Amino acid sequence: MARTERVKSMSATYNAASGTGVSTPSTWRGLAMGRSGSDLVIASLLVLAGLATLLFGEPYWLLGAQVAITMIFALSVDLLVGFAGIVTLGHAVFFGLGAYTVGIASVHLGWTEPLSGLLLAGASAGLLGLGTGVLVLRTKGLGQLMLTMAFASLVYEIANRAKPVTGGADGLQGVIVAPIFGLFDFDIFGLTAFLYTLAVLGIVVLFAVLMTRSPYGRSLVGIRENRVRMQAIGTNVQQRLLSIYVVSAALAGVAGALLAQTSQFVGLNALHFGLSGEVLIIVALGGAGRLWGALLGAVVFSLFKDRLSALDPAYWYFWLGLLLAVIVLFAPKGLIGLVDRLMAALHPKEAQ
Amino acid sequence: MTAAILETRALHKNYGALTVAQNINFTLEPGTFEALIGPNGAGKSTFVNLLTGLVPPTSGTVILDGADVTAEPIEARVKRGLVRTFQINTLFNSLTVAENVILALDEHRGQGWRPLPSPSRRRRIREEAYDILGRLGLEPWGNREVKELPYGRQRLVEIAIALALRPKVLLLDEPAAGIPSTETGTIIEVLENLASDLAVLIIEHDMDLVFRFAQRITVLVQGAVLARGTPDEIANNDEVKAVYLGEGIHA
Ligand SMILES: Nc1ncnc2c1ncn2[C@@H]1O[C@H](COP(=O)(O)OP(=O)(O)O)[C@@H](O)[C@H]1O
Ligand SMILES: [Mg+2]
Repeated sequence: MARTERVKSMSATYNAASGTGVSTPSTWRGLAMGRSGSDLVIASLLVLAGLATLLFGEPYWLLGAQVAITMIFALSVDLLVGFAGIVTLGHAVFFGLGAYTVGIASVHLGWTEPLSGLLLAGASAGLLGLGTGVLVLRTKGLGQLMLTMAFASLVYEIANRAKPVTGGADGLQGVIVAPIFGLFDFDIFGLTAFLYTLAVLGIVVLFAVLMTRSPYGRSLVGIRENRVRMQAIGTNVQQRLLSIYVVSAALAGVAGALLAQTSQFVGLNALHFGLSGEVLIIVALGGAGRLWGALLGAVVFSLFKDRLSALDPAYWYFWLGLLLAVIVLFAPKGLIGLVDRLMAALHPKEAQ
Repeated sequence: MTAAILETRALHKNYGALTVAQNINFTLEPGTFEALIGPNGAGKSTFVNLLTGLVPPTSGTVILDGADVTAEPIEARVKRGLVRTFQINTLFNSLTVAENVILALDEHRGQGWRPLPSPSRRRRIREEAYDILGRLGLEPWGNREVKELPYGRQRLVEIAIALALRPKVLLLDEPAAGIPSTETGTIIEVLENLASDLAVLIIEHDMDLVFRFAQRITVLVQGAVLARGTPDEIANNDEVKAVYLGEGIHA
């Protein structure tokens, strides 16, 4: 009886699958690609929010630029932590290095062209990623966490001491940025900054979405899921992880560079441990291993922080703690997990 | 005699005072089906781990297709065609069954570095994955996460992944263990249909299966080769009989 059942269900699926390629069931669900329904909903909401801010939110353009920067940073960490399963509590080192690269290039070398500045920042952060990644990836778990923190502390202290170059605790003031394409100057309302960061964000998101759907991106998920199995199918796991470490570092560097360019200032807190922690919180808040979760998490966190620190500058960490506790306890898969559940409730069929 | 595709010379492994591989000289020729048997804890899985590079030997050499691979990492040996299954399921548990096979197909094709998706390629590779799943009766499970499958079915995913890698040498570590006896037919069917030039080393406790397929049998006891020969020779070997006393080894 069991056998006839099996045969029946087999032919049923077989027919469905051979139905000339119409909507093969979504694959990598809940993982690399996520449930595309939730992704689409979040993407639409974010685009709408961006447009609304652009059209009606003049006072929020500068904040909007900061949010977009945080989104890029969060994406870089999600690729590493959520997809490849590497833990880091020192990613601000790459963000900060990107910021300082642009700042130092502008203040000391007169390199003010913004787009090449982004590339330079990405390259220098990627290079540091290569150097530290080789060592970080030799360790696992807690050791890995410690090592990422160690490198971040080292660089923080170097930046603190190298006052003639970095400005030390005072930061680098007066970072001059040339107009984009020689045409669009950074204005005091932040319109150029906002559009510029949105454009970079768009490119980075497109890149990340394509990458996570590619064989390369899926292999990262494979490594996270089972490293030994990945080796046993012929993958050089160390190399693969090092590559994403470098990519992630470079993206974080680009995010940092954007901050330096749009705020025309670089301070030590771009390198600070607290920032490394915050970005990890953002990824967990949004839902690790889901790009759109990280992006949503970055928006929610940034707005939450902006509002609360304005209302209650001293105690906003209390409210942050409360928010996190609620999310972890009631939505362990992050905000995107909530969206998944909402979608499932609205479309019970698609949830299958 | 054809040149061996897989060979070990004086392979030795200690865990502290415990010797789990003792001076093992072993050869496997292309197109042969060999069984490795022995009591629990004899060192059979360890031997496979030594062959594949998961565990480094204390001394001795592993030669694959004429090359000394003793110092090569696991993945390099896989690229040379040495493929294994695990005694304890080692799968991508949160990915679907089809995705498990697709990952293997991608890596085998050297696509693992490809940073951009290609829908048409992906459709093709999916079809190929389903072909392999079909051979194992896993088609209906293709879209289910591995962890949702009963253990016996998960065992078959181990084999599906191995087949996706187009091995030259296939090492099967107790493939039928954990599969309900009503379902061993699937395993038998797969074993019957393996490519004729493939070299297979199977670790198996099911003597019916061993004697049905093996052209040669190696008996391992406490890390050392006790006997090696045709099924007839092994079945009539007094030392082997002594080890298997009561377990009823038969031809
Ligand atoms: N990593 C290890 N450290 C110490 N002892 C081990 C290790 N792996 C296996 N062993 C021991 O080696 C012996 C052989 O194990 P194994 O190769 O799994 O045997 P088999 O597959 O024949 O049942 C067992 O006694 C086992 O406890
Ligand atoms: Mg074993």
